[in-house]
Amino acid sequence: MTGSRLASFATSATTALVCVLLLLPTIAVMPLSITETNFVTFPPRGFSLRWYETLFTSDAWRGAMVTSFITAALTTAVATPIGTMMALGLARLKGRWVGIGNVFILLPIIVPTIVTGVALYGLLARLGLIGTIPGLVLGHSVLALPFVVINVAAVLQKFDRRIEQAARSLGASPLTAFRLVTLPNLLPGVAAGALFAFLTSFDDFVIALFLAGIGAVTLPVQMWSGIRFEISPAVAAASTVLLFMSCLLLALQWWVKRR
Amino acid sequence: MMSSPAGLRRTTRSATTFFLLLPGLVVLAGMFILPVAQLVIDSFSDPAGALVHYQRIAVVPVYLLVLARTFLISAITAALCLLLGFPIAYRLAHSGPRVKAIILLCIFLSFWTNLLVRAFSWMVLLNPNGIFSQALAFIGLGDQIKLVYNTTGVLIGQTQILLPYMILPLAAVMSRVDPTLMNAARSLGASPTRAFLAVYIPLVKSGALAGSVLVFALSLGSFVIPALLGGPRDMFLAQLIEFNINNTLNLPFASALATVLLAATIVLYWIGDRWFGLGQVWGGR
Repeated sequence: MTGSRLASFATSATTALVCVLLLLPTIAVMPLSITETNFVTFPPRGFSLRWYETLFTSDAWRGAMVTSFITAALTTAVATPIGTMMALGLARLKGRWVGIGNVFILLPIIVPTIVTGVALYGLLARLGLIGTIPGLVLGHSVLALPFVVINVAAVLQKFDRRIEQAARSLGASPLTAFRLVTLPNLLPGVAAGALFAFLTSFDDFVIALFLAGIGAVTLPVQMWSGIRFEISPAVAAASTVLLFMSCLLLALQWWVKRR
Repeated sequence: MMSSPAGLRRTTRSATTFFLLLPGLVVLAGMFILPVAQLVIDSFSDPAGALVHYQRIAVVPVYLLVLARTFLISAITAALCLLLGFPIAYRLAHSGPRVKAIILLCIFLSFWTNLLVRAFSWMVLLNPNGIFSQALAFIGLGDQIKLVYNTTGVLIGQTQILLPYMILPLAAVMSRVDPTLMNAARSLGASPTRAFLAVYIPLVKSGALAGSVLVFALSLGSFVIPALLGGPRDMFLAQLIEFNINNTLNLPFASALATVLLAATIVLYWIGDRWFGLGQVWGGR
């Protein structure tokens, strides 16, 4: 019995250790940003909001945040309707097309982002779209599309088709039945997909590294140069902003799913 | 036949399906499938010969070294993730709702923290003046062990980033294990260790292999962690690709390297899906 008790203790200890390991970098980054020093140090020294001031007043950082928000909003606007339509279309497929459709939609997740980035760089360089927000939006839409489809498909699976059929049998046209019955039921999935799309774009670094050029620098790309050339506490402040966005969007998603 | 009501309905149905799929197909084909295909074609179309870039990869020692190190470090990462991920997946699969909720919260908070943010945080935590080095110095190991800008740093970062991809599929398989099987083994006289090794492990092996293949495949394409936490000797394939685009502007050579990475990834997912049920693990969550 002592053997199994020891095994149980070892399992719990490793579990606790891994939980700490998982959370540590997320938690440690926030205090880094409030340091008074010109360099990053953990634990931070003193308390000051000067690095947030830098973030919101310097042209480079503020510009990057604005670019990130615009790109993420446009990506959401492009990927959400297209992904929702695609999920509805995939649900109507039959036989071997189901498998083909599923693999097809998962491909952007399976292919390493760096490969997609290089491929898009080649295409957008030919089209003269490197360093532009439309170029970034096109690239991010590819990454975001599978997440919208997965979220809508998850709700669609639980959706009782008979409600739609009931509406049809009561005389609603296919389009009316869709608009008044199916769509409201799908809305939580669509909203979750939209939030995912926003976060995918806002968080992306690898695609943007190739497509941002000098004209469309996003927050993660600006952070990258911040880390590479001098480790400024402004990077920690920017990290906190990214962290805040993730938490906000995930909280929203949780709220959407509960309703 | 098309004019019969059933045939007409079927045609309308197919047309609607096609119409629903069309915009997505256009975006994915135009912005993803075609550019990736073009990349593969570009890598084989050099005036000096189709395989010029691949010969260069196979002949120049530095490139082979980068390839070998990428595969080696990814394999060690997968092993570390399995070692650390197995106990936590076990707890996640077989504990009460409260422990489950805490573990899931840790996983998802970490998972949704921007990759660059986590890498930056590790840089600060592991640096020679950081808390870990100070703790090591305190127990008298400070000068011997360097934690960052070397392979150790890459392994710490990679393992932390990729652990969720091991834990979640593994826990999904573990939670499907019928607990009565373990009890049956015990009642037939097997010791807890024997029951665990002879009954439990074979039942969850597919999950462990699927998780390992997934972590390995994801690690092969890593860029941020090796670039920020590794030293000059820890260059990954993805860094070599980026260097050839943003520094030496050699897109065809970068395309050949990217094709190698793409091929390795596709083969891995195919193996994972075919033999270890990676697809089911994915869909089953």
